[in-house]
Amino acid sequence: MNRVVRKAADTVLPWLTLVTMALAIFMVFVYVPTDRFQGIVQRIFYFHVPLAMMSFAAFGLVAIASIFFLWQGSRFWDRLAHSCAEVGMVFCTLVLVTGPIWARPIWGTWWTWDARLTTTLILWLIYAAYLMLRTVSASGDQEARYAAVLGIVGAVDIPIINRSVYWWRTIHPAVLITREGGSGLGDPRMQATFGVCVIAFLLLFIWLLWVRNESGRLRDALEDLRQQVLARESR
Amino acid sequence: MTGLVIETRGISRHFAGVRAVEGVDLHVEAGEAVALFGPNGAGKTTLLRMLATLLRPTRGDLRLFGRSVADGGRSARRRIGFLSHQSFLYPDLTPAENLKFYARMFRVVAPAARVRDLLEQVGLLGWAHRPVRTLSRGLEQRCALARALLHEPELLLMDEPFSGLDVDAVNMLSETLRQAHARGTTLMMTTHDLAQGFALCQRALILVRGRLLWSGVIQEQEREPFERTYLAAAHAVDARPA
Amino acid sequence: MFALIRKDLQIEFRTKETLASLLMLGLLTLVVLSFALDPTSELRLEAAPGALWVAVIFAGVLGLNRSFLAERENDCLQGLLLCPVDRGTIYLAKTVGNFLFMMVAQLFIVPIFVFFFNLPATPALAGVFLALVLGILGFSAVGTLFAAISVRTRAREVMLPLLLLPLVVPIFIGGVKVTARVLAGKPLADVAQWLNLMGGFDVIFLVVGWLVFEYAVEE
Repeated sequence: MNRVVRKAADTVLPWLTLVTMALAIFMVFVYVPTDRFQGIVQRIFYFHVPLAMMSFAAFGLVAIASIFFLWQGSRFWDRLAHSCAEVGMVFCTLVLVTGPIWARPIWGTWWTWDARLTTTLILWLIYAAYLMLRTVSASGDQEARYAAVLGIVGAVDIPIINRSVYWWRTIHPAVLITREGGSGLGDPRMQATFGVCVIAFLLLFIWLLWVRNESGRLRDALEDLRQQVLARESR
Repeated sequence: MTGLVIETRGISRHFAGVRAVEGVDLHVEAGEAVALFGPNGAGKTTLLRMLATLLRPTRGDLRLFGRSVADGGRSARRRIGFLSHQSFLYPDLTPAENLKFYARMFRVVAPAARVRDLLEQVGLLGWAHRPVRTLSRGLEQRCALARALLHEPELLLMDEPFSGLDVDAVNMLSETLRQAHARGTTLMMTTHDLAQGFALCQRALILVRGRLLWSGVIQEQEREPFERTYLAAAHAVDARPA
Repeated sequence: MFALIRKDLQIEFRTKETLASLLMLGLLTLVVLSFALDPTSELRLEAAPGALWVAVIFAGVLGLNRSFLAERENDCLQGLLLCPVDRGTIYLAKTVGNFLFMMVAQLFIVPIFVFFFNLPATPALAGVFLALVLGILGFSAVGTLFAAISVRTRAREVMLPLLLLPLVVPIFIGGVKVTARVLAGKPLADVAQWLNLMGGFDVIFLVVGWLVFEYAVEE
C-alpha cells in the first residue's frame, strides 16, 4: 500500500468516523422516539446490536486472515488477524457490558442465558484464549501459526456453538423472555437511526483496526531495520 | 548414486525480524562428507533442520535428491537420516521396541532382522530389552544412531553428534560413520570439534550469523592454519555484542 | 497409521499413567460434585448428567495434555516428523489413541457414576454410551489439535483448558441433554437432533484438524 493511500486513510478515517458517530449519537439521544414498551433504556439497543455485529464480523475476519496467513505465509495477514482480534475483543466486551445494562431494567436480571448473549460470551472467551495464546507462545513464528489455527477452528465452531446454545434455550422451559427484539422496529425513524448506528460502528471498527494495524506494521518495520543493522555489522 | 543430493539457492529462515539463516547457496554431491562449522548461534542447527525438512525455508529454493521439497518433502524423508543430541527415542519403550516402531514408520523390509542387525552393530544387544529411560546417555546415543541408520538413508545429517559422548561411543560413532561413508552415504554434520570434523569430512562450510561465509575442501596440510584462523575468527564474533 | 496407534498403546500399557490419571480425576470430580449436590434433594437427579460430563471433560483435558507431554521427552515429536508420513495421519492416529484411552476410562467411570447417583441400571445406559462416544470423539478431535499447540507454549497446563472449553461447548451441551433425556426414559429418536449436532461436530473438526495439524506441529 503506497504512501498516498496511507496518508489519505490516516486523515480521512478519523474525521469520517467522528462525523458519523456524532450523527449517530444525536439520532439516538435526540432524534429517535422513545420505545413504547421498553422506555428510554431501549436506546442502548442502537449501540448494543451494531457492537455485536462488529464483534462477530471481526472474528470472521480473523479467520479469513488466518487462512490467508497459513496459505501464503506473509506477515501482513498475521498482523491483520492480530489487529482484528484486539479490536474485536474490545467491541465484544462492550456488547457484554451493554447487554446487562439493557436487560436489568427490562427483565429484572443482570444476565439472561439468552442464546445470542451466551454465544457472545463464548466468543469473548475464544477471543481471550486467542490473545492469551499469542502471549505465551515461544516465538513470533509459533505465535502466528498457533493463533491462525485457533482463529480458523474458532470461526468454524461459532455457528455450531450458536446452534447448540439456541436449542439449549428453546427446549428448556422459557423462564425468561428469549427474544431480545432485533426486529420490531416499526417506526421508520428507528430504522434510520439503526442504520446510521451500524454505519457509525462499522467506521469506528475500520478506523480502530487501521490504527492498530499501522502500529503493528511500524513496529515490525522497526524490528526488521534493527536486524538488518545487526546483520550488516557482523560482516 | 550420483548427482546432487542437496542443492539450495538463497534459502533463508526468518520471521518477525529474527534472521536465523540468510541467503544460503550450497550444493552437496552424492558421497561427499561435509562439515559445517560456525560459532554459537550461527544458525547451523536451523540450516540442518531445513535440510532435513523439519523446517520450511521462509524464502529460497531447496532441492533434495534433485526434487524440490515444496510439497513437504515426504519422499525425501525416506532417504534421510537425522541424528541430533536429542535421541528421539521413547523413554518408556525398550531400544528394540523403539527401533521396531521406526522400522514400521519407514517401511523397512524385514524389520525384525534389520533391528537385530543394527542393535548388534552398535553394541546394544545386551540392553535391547530395557526401557530407554534406564540407559546411560552413551548407550542412548548408540540407539539413536541405530535409529538414524535403520532405513539405510542415502543422506545422513548430524547435529553435533559427538557432544556428550564418552571415548568408546565416540570411537564407535566415527567407525560407523566411516563405514557408512565408504558405502556411499552422503554425510553432513555440524560440530564444534574440528578434529573430528576433519577426521571424517573433506569439505568444510563456515556459517556465521546465518550467512555462508566460506566453502571449500581442506587439504591435510592446510588443516592447522585453518584451525587457527577459524578459532580466532570465531572468538572475535563471539566477543561482539549481539 | 496403525503403527502409531500401536506405539501409543504400547507406551500406555507399559506405564498406565494416562489411564490412571483419567480414572482418578474422573472419580474425584464425581465425588466432589456429589458433595456439592445434596444427596437427598430432587435436584440431584437433574444435575447428574451435568456431573458426569464435567467429570469427563476435566479428566479428558488432563489426559490430552499427557499424550503430548510424552512426545516432548527426547523430542520424540521431531522423530515422528522425520518419518515419511503425512502430518494429517499423525493427527488421526493421536486422536484415535486419545479417544480409545478416554473410552476405556469411561468403562469404569460410568458404573461409578450410576453407583454414586443411584441411577437405575437400565438399557438406557446404551444411549449414554452413544452420547459419550460421539462426544469424546469430537473432544479428542479438537483436543488433540490444541494439545499439540499448548504443550509447546509457556503456560502449558493452563492453556489447554482455556483453549478447549469454549470450543467444546456444543459437545458438552449435547452430551448433557442426551444423557438427561435418555436417563429419563425417553427414546433415542427424541434426541436425534442433538446426536446429529454432535456427529456433525465430530466430522467437521476431524476434517479441519486433519487439514490444519501440520501448522500446529511443524516449525
